[in-house]
Amino acid sequence: MLHLSVSELSAELSRGAVSSVELTRACLERIERLNPVLNAFVTVCTASALEQAGQADLARAKGDTRPLLGIPVAHKDIFCTKGVRTTCGSRMLRDFLPPYDAWVVERLHGAGAVMLGKTNMDEFAMGSSNETSHFGVAANPHDLGRVPGGSSGGSAAAVAAGLCPMATGTDTGGSIRQPASFCGVSGFKPSYGRVSRWGMIAFASSLDQAGTLTRSAADAALMMRTMAGLDHRDSTSVDRPVDDYPNELDKPLRGLRVGVPIVHFAKGLSAGVEQGIRAALAQLEDAGATLLEIDLPNNHLSVPAYYVIAPAEASANLARYDGVRYGYRCADPTDLDDLYTRTRSEGFGEEVKRRILVGSYALSAGYYDAYYRKAQRVRRLIRNDFASAFEHVDVIAGPTSPHVAFAHGAKADPVQMYLEDIFTIAVNLAGLPGISIPAGMENGLPFGLQIIGPDFAEARVLNVAHQFQQMTDWHLRVPESAALEGH
Amino acid sequence: MAPHEFQYNRGFLAHTPVPLDKSEIDKVARLARLRIGPGEADAVAARIGEILAMIDELQAVDTAGVEPLAHPLEVRQRLRADEVTEHDRRDELLAAAPASRNGLLLVPKVIE
Repeated sequence: MLHLSVSELSAELSRGAVSSVELTRACLERIERLNPVLNAFVTVCTASALEQAGQADLARAKGDTRPLLGIPVAHKDIFCTKGVRTTCGSRMLRDFLPPYDAWVVERLHGAGAVMLGKTNMDEFAMGSSNETSHFGVAANPHDLGRVPGGSSGGSAAAVAAGLCPMATGTDTGGSIRQPASFCGVSGFKPSYGRVSRWGMIAFASSLDQAGTLTRSAADAALMMRTMAGLDHRDSTSVDRPVDDYPNELDKPLRGLRVGVPIVHFAKGLSAGVEQGIRAALAQLEDAGATLLEIDLPNNHLSVPAYYVIAPAEASANLARYDGVRYGYRCADPTDLDDLYTRTRSEGFGEEVKRRILVGSYALSAGYYDAYYRKAQRVRRLIRNDFASAFEHVDVIAGPTSPHVAFAHGAKADPVQMYLEDIFTIAVNLAGLPGISIPAGMENGLPFGLQIIGPDFAEARVLNVAHQFQQMTDWHLRVPESAALEGH
Repeated sequence: MAPHEFQYNRGFLAHTPVPLDKSEIDKVARLARLRIGPGEADAVAARIGEILAMIDELQAVDTAGVEPLAHPLEVRQRLRADEVTEHDRRDELLAAAPASRNGLLLVPKVIE
């Protein structure tokens, strides 16, 4: 039961084979047993989860059949949850109790989902391994000595290990797709503006987007049907109809044009991942799709452009943490400046401080044009590359990450860590929807196929991913980690 | 498909780090309201120098005539009627503050 999909669980609930309370209790028991080794959750809401599950069972008894009713969900600890500690993986917000729910939390709660708790993440979503979390690194369920990826590493690990059937995440440069690839789950990042950022703690506002971590693309479609939509409280929330994602999944791939970026198949891509991704592309071809090589000539500039834009936006967004209105405050400040400076120096971790410094530098007098404006011009070139490609293809597909999950501590150098997101970052700069779905294993570790669509082509991306999952069983593989089963 | 060089393996680390002197690090730390301990300054400067070297790749790109893109959605901000939509939540919001009294946030004395 703990590895069933949302739609399968929904069917079990409907036919009365299991109640939401039983399902929720099973998840909570598994969290209690495995979280000490996985560290996927930073907060578990046992009492409120069981209460919500009880309400879901009552609603179902009265004829409510909504697809997410009674299904347990875990929220990345970047989403504000009213009265439930929301830390963003930081000492700065270690004891923060938000006075309101994020849109995403509100919507999933409104759809009857049961909140199990909050998942571990890199501090302020800045990282690709979960190692910058104030609460310690989460482990990859496939190999406890390896990272789950990041920044939504706790959510990916939780879904992969069967702690919950679905989780939320956020993706600023690959933070849903890369951990999905490392943990062998489906990670979907919608187009910028498709899901409201209300109540989602800001990192880089022109790049941040909420999405899903699930066991299948079909489950992502169910969650997205609930999470997408116009919210006036986020000025970048788009006013356009939400497609009926679950009903678009069955479209056959015949005639689909798949762009394969040659720059994603180059030296540096691990041999096993390359072979697996080429096999996955061949399967799409067998199903009637046409593969077309495409060029994304400015892709190599995406990491440098991102590491100007994201830190610049972060330095502005994180200016609010000053020890006055909420969050950490240093002890015995001598004056206002000491309060600000010491609060921030003590409350933020090393990587967050580093990015604030880089961002402040890039925005400072004398450097603004050379760094920030320059990066914004390059951002347009990157977006234009995708626009040109999508004149000839319907989706773009390639590897999510150049390799499988790495060992804890293996990427101690910040720049090496930044290069982890070489295949995912351009998608955020362009604002496009993308998914990572399991497409193979190398030495017992999963890796993902990334499928990217044009603006607001969520339905098409999910359709292609679902069709791939109808032909393959990579997404059904559960971790065989001996350590995991020993617990 | 022919093998193709991509930046993942290009070795940004081989680039010469952009040297930052102590006064520059101090200035940017001051702007960001962050304190860098005397023992950390060199290590912080070195790390940031490596990041700036990676970013420097951008300088070689010809962007003449390319308009900066600030945001993926180039749409106008929505307007709304100028009406009060938020109710008073002062006490609820102040509950999250590290220090408050009589509905006000407390900070160290700013006037001598």
